[in-house]
Amino acid sequence: MLLFIFLPIISVVTQSLHIEHEQVFVEVENCDFFGCKKSTMVDVEATAAIKAEKPLGRFVGLENYFNRSHFASSELAQAWRTTDSFGEFYDQVYNLPLYRAIIFTLVYTFTVTPLLIILGFIIAIAVNSLHQRLKGLVIFFSLLPMIVTPLIGSLILFWMIDSRGIIGSFLQQFFNDPDLSLKASTPLMWITLMVYGVWHSAPFAFVIFYAGLQTLPQDTLESAMIDGASRWERIRYVVIPHIAPLVTFVALIQLMDNFRVLEPIVGFNASAHATSLSSNILNDLGGESQLFASAATTSVITILGVVVLLSPVLYRTWRDWDRKV
Amino acid sequence: MNKVLRASLIAAGLMTSSVAAHAACGIEGGRVNIIGNEFPAIQTIGAGAVACAGDGVEITANLTKEHKELQVPGLSGDVAEYTVAIVANSSIVPLMSNGLIRPLDDLIAKHGGNFGDNQKITIGGKTMAIGFMANAQHLVYRKDILADAGIEPPTTYEEVLAASKMLKEKGAMKYPFGAAYAAGWGIAQEFNNMFIGMGGEFFKDSTPMPNVNNEKGIATLEMMKAMTTQMNPDFLTLNNNEINAEWKAGNVAMMQMWGSRAGPLLAGEETAPGVAENTVLAGPLTAGGGSIPATTLWWDGFTIATNISDEDAEASYLAMINAIDPSIMNDEVATQAVWMIEGYEPTPASAGVFATINAGAQPYPMIPYNTHLHSALGEELPDFFSGNESAEKTLADVEAAYMVKAREAGVAGL
Repeated sequence: MLLFIFLPIISVVTQSLHIEHEQVFVEVENCDFFGCKKSTMVDVEATAAIKAEKPLGRFVGLENYFNRSHFASSELAQAWRTTDSFGEFYDQVYNLPLYRAIIFTLVYTFTVTPLLIILGFIIAIAVNSLHQRLKGLVIFFSLLPMIVTPLIGSLILFWMIDSRGIIGSFLQQFFNDPDLSLKASTPLMWITLMVYGVWHSAPFAFVIFYAGLQTLPQDTLESAMIDGASRWERIRYVVIPHIAPLVTFVALIQLMDNFRVLEPIVGFNASAHATSLSSNILNDLGGESQLFASAATTSVITILGVVVLLSPVLYRTWRDWDRKV
Repeated sequence: MNKVLRASLIAAGLMTSSVAAHAACGIEGGRVNIIGNEFPAIQTIGAGAVACAGDGVEITANLTKEHKELQVPGLSGDVAEYTVAIVANSSIVPLMSNGLIRPLDDLIAKHGGNFGDNQKITIGGKTMAIGFMANAQHLVYRKDILADAGIEPPTTYEEVLAASKMLKEKGAMKYPFGAAYAAGWGIAQEFNNMFIGMGGEFFKDSTPMPNVNNEKGIATLEMMKAMTTQMNPDFLTLNNNEINAEWKAGNVAMMQMWGSRAGPLLAGEETAPGVAENTVLAGPLTAGGGSIPATTLWWDGFTIATNISDEDAEASYLAMINAIDPSIMNDEVATQAVWMIEGYEPTPASAGVFATINAGAQPYPMIPYNTHLHSALGEELPDFFSGNESAEKTLADVEAAYMVKAREAGVAGL
């Protein structure tokens, strides 16, 4: 616990309070095949001397949290002052990287999680009523979306939904719109990502619920049937209460998972239309300009987000458990 | 299977040749470990260096797409993991900024080397890298399609736009133009190209203050937006690989493409009939009536780490000198790149890059804070192209995003 959870969090928090030392620049002449040019370069020795004195960098307090890449306090205040309607204000907020990521992440989390629970439950009920011999095969195929690595799964779908791909051209035919492109429009891309999310995670909910269905109290079911309960009434009053604790469990795991949505955004090359907290972190760490402080700040915000998100579910679990004991 | 076989044959060949090559490289001892990109030309160079291994000299190469992420950590530390980094004019900058590569002048004085003075990349009078190839993005077009429509080969973006509209009207093609406009590095690079073509300067009077939110920036975005009307509507998700696939399928008549990718286009493997033989590598385009080509020049070269022993540095230098020796040139190697190595005879695949150099294109800016502007452009431009906001607003966002990134990275005065 201490080594793998507490220390990394301390390190991330520390990092988020610092930025790099100021580099010392010098003007030099660079020559290559294409000729010579005056250019600015970092004076390595002078910069290294500053760094040696304070290796952590410059302490800036909460600046990283309130700059434009994160909570953007001054941009937000200005947007509030200069806009007349809520719509305009929303546009301004959506334009800021952190809020854009949070908005997508929350919409994704709260759309995908309930849908996958419902879909997983329906599949579990359907599979449970199949003939014993068919079950094994159907279970295997239902699990496939979860077995496929998320990145690979989304890459395959990326090609299928291309405007020249099999799903893309089918949709063009179906809606009779030759310019229809899932990848070009933000709402359609969001829907695609969420459909992918449900497709990928529903098997998880299915497996858990299916296991729960194996322990259904047969006596209660039979007495319900004798009392003349319809199939729907049996599901509503016997099955659902029985597997309710499992729903909490699946919701807990999937809220956490969906809040960290990353692979579909990378796989679908969707960063033009959707960014998430995790994709912002990846963006900061990748490439030539590695911004560790910015990534650390987004990480701290993500951790706080997970805590807030899970608090109702955790509270409920704790209360249930307390009651049972 | 085929690839495995080929790789093992090459490996076997290297092992047997290393003993013979040992004397030729003149390495007495030490360790050589190379990090670099993975396209065919770099693989040739890597294999050339590894061929010097033997008799207590250990030479390994890690050629990977992830080289940019690995370079800085791989050359840091008291004893650097990698002794050689194969870099381009953008990726040398972080190594320079952190003092991770050493001047090569002493090594050149001591060991010489079979390369021209023009191959020395000097920074502040010190030779920091030795270049071996050049690269650039330039126009590629289909001569059959243009000829059928009676269109002269275009030389400006305005002409490409007109030609493309004509092809569209005639129904010859749905989306006649292609370029790597994917959100992120790609679209930012296309902005850089066009902005240079419009005569823009990225920073105000050699300060780190950004200078893209002006008339030239707006003209750049408007030209790019006009081009996107001629492109596959999925353009914000399409990278070089996808654009090349569209080209090979015969779906594109004109495109902006890297010279280093021209070889396979002309070779015509996995290509629709009639595409490869009609593919012409043209020069760069200009834009907005300017005379500066709307593209950038790139070089690739090798650098040697600071944090390694002098013995390892000498071994690294000798191995790399061997790898870029003019004797490596043969018919196959010649098609892999536009080599800056003596004895290289330009092949058809190099036509575009040479035309770009001759047209007076500018090199990609080697400025420490340019990486932050490039990444800010990559994040903020897609909003403009998906129609969410005006050019002015987008460019203001780019500058604001740059300021935050650059301040955090320690660019002075922000």
